[in-house]
Amino acid sequence: MKPVVIVGAGPAGISAARTLLDHGVTPCLVDESLRGGGQIYRRQPLGFQRTAKQIYGFEASKAEAVHRTLDELAPLIDYRPETLVWNAEDGRLDLLNNGHAASVEYSRIIVATGATDRILPVPGWTLPGVYSLGAAQIALKYQGCAIGERVAFCGSGPLLYLVAYQYAKAGAKVVAVLDSAPLSAQCRALPALLGQPATLAKGLYYRAWLTAHGVPVHQGVTLQQIDGEQRVSGIRWRKHTLACDAVAFAHALRSETQLADLLGCEFAWNPLNRAWLPQRDRAGRSSVDGVYLAGDGAGIMGADAAQMAGERAALAVLEDAGVAIDHRRPVMLERQLARIQRFRQGLETAFPFPADWAAQAPDDLMLCRCEEVRVGDIRTVVDEGHWEINRVKAHCRVGMGRCQGRMCGLAAAEIVAERSGRAIENVGRLRGQAPIKPLPFGVEVQP
Amino acid sequence: MALFKRLTETARPVLAFTLDGQPATGLLGDTLLTAVLTCAEHLRGSDFSAERRAGFCLMGACQDCWVRLADGQRVRACSTLLEAGQAISRDPGRQL
Repeated sequence: MKPVVIVGAGPAGISAARTLLDHGVTPCLVDESLRGGGQIYRRQPLGFQRTAKQIYGFEASKAEAVHRTLDELAPLIDYRPETLVWNAEDGRLDLLNNGHAASVEYSRIIVATGATDRILPVPGWTLPGVYSLGAAQIALKYQGCAIGERVAFCGSGPLLYLVAYQYAKAGAKVVAVLDSAPLSAQCRALPALLGQPATLAKGLYYRAWLTAHGVPVHQGVTLQQIDGEQRVSGIRWRKHTLACDAVAFAHALRSETQLADLLGCEFAWNPLNRAWLPQRDRAGRSSVDGVYLAGDGAGIMGADAAQMAGERAALAVLEDAGVAIDHRRPVMLERQLARIQRFRQGLETAFPFPADWAAQAPDDLMLCRCEEVRVGDIRTVVDEGHWEINRVKAHCRVGMGRCQGRMCGLAAAEIVAERSGRAIENVGRLRGQAPIKPLPFGVEVQP
Repeated sequence: MALFKRLTETARPVLAFTLDGQPATGLLGDTLLTAVLTCAEHLRGSDFSAERRAGFCLMGACQDCWVRLADGQRVRACSTLLEAGQAISRDPGRQL
């Protein structure tokens, strides 16, 4: 019998696997990373000595619980770490593990592919020493390193303060935090944020800790330029310059949706995420029979929500397969998820998308780091009459490189929308293509 | 010079490797990215302007940290762990 396959061993995927196994269904759990946990609860390699408390802070017990669950599950299920899913077609996934190709057929699939940083490029962002906020955090928690000696944190979103705090606490020199969101926005968001007082308190704590420890925090400030020749030498905003040798920046997160796209899921514009997202019902059922969505890969809601959504999607799989479940559980999970959704709306108010980014972007700004396409190249294509993002891609190769638009796709759409005078939701959606990540030549295919 | 700075976890066993033919060392549990960027400043040259790049996302998404190993294969430095004796080479990139 074909298995239920879960893609992604972060909080959503692990909780889905646990739920399935608890109901007698043995899933196949496929994950690209070595040791699971997803990005938020990424585990340091074997042989590292730090405690969970040192790595994950307030989230230590949650991280440990997720890791423990995965360790318990691993010998009982078909767990496949270090395995990339690069294509999906006709009820089958194409996989790559250490240079070996394989495929797995599924009866049902739970897509829990997570998120990456949402990037709005800034001049100088391709210099060595510039990383996404998530990258800066991974360098620290996965490798015990800082991305430089003197680090500036820029952009917006909850991760901005968290990572700056983690760096300073670990002994790195944090030269400044530049938050593009004004304090007034955060005040406006307070009523909604009070719905999750513990999460709000943590955010306020990081912010206050930084100030108390002498880290300059500038709000309502947009990073204008990263300077440097062979590597970062400083940053500029308004009339200020500041010397530093590393910059971490991002504006919140974006969902990884390529697999849902290849699986044929219908997408809809989501104003809150300012992104096209695969549609799901409250249980996580997509528009395609047998395809379920959970976690940040179908809309950013954070790790706690991902864990609940993973369980909810697994319960939906079980319900649809005729397995008996406790019917009180879905009701409870959906109620909790709705509460987190309200908090999420508050976060969007607190850290609003910088709507003027596209208009301010200079023509010579490198937008696509793979194909080295500048903002002016995209504007030229728009001026020739093209406004649909896939057409624009065909003309100037933006989003066509190795990252497949993961880093530049959303920013490119913003440029196209602004230049063509269209609303962002009216310039189309970059289509996913197999292989969703580059494959080496000479892949060994097992019979 | 180095790009990255080790803050902690420095008591791990030392592993020798070569970077563009020159002897270098990293620590057991380092990714190739960490091993290279704690003793050098970049990982590769870009494809159209040979601009120096040193990775960006560290989570296998941006594909901007590829390095070459002795057998010719290109790997993502951020998601490949260092092994003793590896010969890592950096692609200089290309210009238009």
